[in-house]
Amino acid sequence: MSGLASPPQVRKAAPAAGATPGTSLGPPPASGGGTPSPRRAALLPTAALVLGALYCLLPIAWVLVASTKSGADLFSTFTFLPGDGFGDNLADLAAYRDGLYWRWMANSVFYAGLGAVLSTSVSALAGYALAVYRFRGRETFFNLILSGVLMPPVILAIPQYLLMAEADLTDTYLSVLLPLILSPYGVYLGRIYAEAAIPMELVEAGRMDGAGEWRIFLRIAVPMMSPGLVTIFLFQFVAIWNNFLLPFIMLGNDEKFPMTVGLFTLLKQGAGQPALYTLVITGALLAIVPLIALFLVIQRFWSLDLLSGAVKS
Amino acid sequence: MTQPTQGVRRSYGVKLAPYGFLLPAAVLFALFFALPIGYAIWLSFHKIEVKGLGLGKGARSEVWAGLENHTAALTDSELGAGALRILGYGAIVVPVMLGLALLFALLLDTERARARSFSRLAIFLPYAVPGVIAALMWGFLYLPDVSPFSYLLDTLGLPQPDLMDGGPLYLAMANIAVWGGTGFNMIVIYTSLRSLPAEVYEAAKLDGCSELQIALRIKIPMVAPSLVLTFFFSIIATLQVFNEPMTLRPLTNGIPTTWSPLMKVYNDAFTGGNIHAASATAVVLAAATFLLSFGLLRASNRRTKQGATR
Repeated sequence: MSGLASPPQVRKAAPAAGATPGTSLGPPPASGGGTPSPRRAALLPTAALVLGALYCLLPIAWVLVASTKSGADLFSTFTFLPGDGFGDNLADLAAYRDGLYWRWMANSVFYAGLGAVLSTSVSALAGYALAVYRFRGRETFFNLILSGVLMPPVILAIPQYLLMAEADLTDTYLSVLLPLILSPYGVYLGRIYAEAAIPMELVEAGRMDGAGEWRIFLRIAVPMMSPGLVTIFLFQFVAIWNNFLLPFIMLGNDEKFPMTVGLFTLLKQGAGQPALYTLVITGALLAIVPLIALFLVIQRFWSLDLLSGAVKS
Repeated sequence: MTQPTQGVRRSYGVKLAPYGFLLPAAVLFALFFALPIGYAIWLSFHKIEVKGLGLGKGARSEVWAGLENHTAALTDSELGAGALRILGYGAIVVPVMLGLALLFALLLDTERARARSFSRLAIFLPYAVPGVIAALMWGFLYLPDVSPFSYLLDTLGLPQPDLMDGGPLYLAMANIAVWGGTGFNMIVIYTSLRSLPAEVYEAAKLDGCSELQIALRIKIPMVAPSLVLTFFFSIIATLQVFNEPMTLRPLTNGIPTTWSPLMKVYNDAFTGGNIHAASATAVVLAAATFLLSFGLLRASNRRTKQGATR
């Protein structure tokens, strides 16, 4: 976390997005409108915020409680009354088809982890090129990639499936991994972030010193872009972890399923055998724990200004 | 600002470098965006012609169909019904979600409100929950045997509506989208609120404006660009809804396989096996998305230009 990302939490006296790169170095400006007179806490706004927070936490609280109940308790005891079956549920889940659930978890980590690393790299390269160089076809290329945002996933997924089948790649890890590497939104953020974080003078200085373009990118640009790259990584990780349609269409063998598709099939079977419901619920809880943990850890590294930059242009 | 300083010779390396940096993105775009889109369009203009009994080699061949598939898609009553459902669903989701997002963003920006960082985190948290799992959790919360709402209504002696059928289904489905999307939009709006110049508020305060007046007269107009952006993304997300209704289906009989247009496309392609019809429907939907997007963009551009303060 270098100070290069303009300090996120401080209300600035001047609009942030257009600020010349480099000037945001140094200590954060004294907070202009920050708590001059705390006075008494405003009751109504606080109550509204807390209500919103409770609403958002409700299903998560429920899944926490429900995962402690046995199958019978689930339907007979009051929703928010905890049971004592969490250990049993966990054991059942682990035992389900020789630990298939853990396999789904590992698959999700694999798809989302590797996919997000590759996606961030591609976005960084493309964003840097679009921000730093003037060349023919620059805007055309950028607009072409951006139009991908509008493309409904299903119009892509059907022909992607057929083309993958043509290449004998359906039902492989690659069929889920490859189509998700290029993210229009990632390229967009990469460009915005490169524009804001990399002073051209530094690039020129690198050239004067005889560094090649690739070396300048790796040694100068990547470190300066790193707070933004963390954001792109997180966006991509969450997007791939949450993805359902593509793996649902591409994969037939449930050993290769990510968490989302695995839990969906489990729920579908559960419609016939409600005994599986406790597995689904325990599985759902375990599936959101790593994401929430990741989210809480990375949250503090987020440069909120990046998002505002994205909004402004 | 990116003009090279005089005296630095532009070598071949500098000229070719951007193309090298863009190569991975370009290759991936060609393979996984351009090629599939082209193929989908091609498929939408073709159909399978069956000769004789359709047995043996060469009995089934792909022939030109012109706009036949597209017209069939446009006049398909199931697709029309799906589009209407999405319209009703979107009419609840978009205003409620963005209204709440704006409200919470403004409250987070209110100095005198407490519990701000806790609330910000809690309201943003659903963003980290996959749509499938969100639908699954809410699905159980809607099941009469499990639901705390049913328990509450039952205790009070009130009738319990079936949340997963008919009219209430729209509310149930919209609630999942609102729950999942409010936090993200709130952060986008809040971030843009934080970047507004502080002097404006000081001036307004000196003039005797209340917090509420500042919010209504200054803050909301100034975050209009991010409202447009979140509106835009919400509309697109609404058109593409698929995961949540798919996930709720096993829990109820109230959701047909063609509930949303994308479900219909999926169903045609992978259950019905008619990839040509499915591609035509997908192309029609994509075209509608594009038309709508450009219409919205143009409208918002015109408005921003009229109020040209930047």
